[in-house]
Amino acid sequence: MKITVRYFALLRERMGLDSEVLSWDDAEPTVERLRRHLADRVPALAVFLRSGPILVAVNRQYAAADTLLSDGDEVALFPPVTGG
Amino acid sequence: MEPHGDKARVQSEPFDAAAELERIKAASTRIGGVVLFVGVVRDFSQGHGVTKILFEHFPGMAESKLAELRETAIGRFGLIDLIVVHRVGELMPGDDIVLIAAAAEHRAAAFDGCSWCIDELKKAVPIWKKEHAPDGALWLEAHP
Repeated sequence: MKITVRYFALLRERMGLDSEVLSWDDAEPTVERLRRHLADRVPALAVFLRSGPILVAVNRQYAAADTLLSDGDEVALFPPVTGG
Repeated sequence: MEPHGDKARVQSEPFDAAAELERIKAASTRIGGVVLFVGVVRDFSQGHGVTKILFEHFPGMAESKLAELRETAIGRFGLIDLIVVHRVGELMPGDDIVLIAAAAEHRAAAFDGCSWCIDELKKAVPIWKKEHAPDGALWLEAHP
């Protein structure tokens, strides 16, 4: 399936891009498994994605690690927010 | 205008706090008090000087979280109205960052609603700051 992955702040800088369309298939396509997939694929993000306090939003709603993803979903990865 | 219209918004241009105060007062003659919070860029943070701060947001999600905050605060504290505005882009020391105006019949609800709103904004709205200092730039870690 196709997932649009978006990166913000420090993750965007480390990644060197703000979004990409990923072709990804998994028997159990959860947020957690996508995170692991990206960590294996992108060394620049591995440390953040494996153990960092990363927030995940699926279709612009905060999502838990066990959230199931579907074709066409937008998954945003970002550090804890620091506005205000 | 959408339900929240411009009462929960993100913008790069400066806001006019006095105009927002007048606008919220115009919402109802039942209003007995307005608490206005304005967050400002400091020139010193965590032991070092700050030359500017870059604010980045997640367009679409940041606005919808602000609208959600506004709605929750109004319901939870029985506010008559609430305005929340956050700026993004490059801001210099002394520049305004965020404005929250909470209006209620009595002051206690206005104070509580305003205070809750800024605390929640700092936890839930996808906005990040990168501080620029004379010796480099740093994405801030979350802190109260």
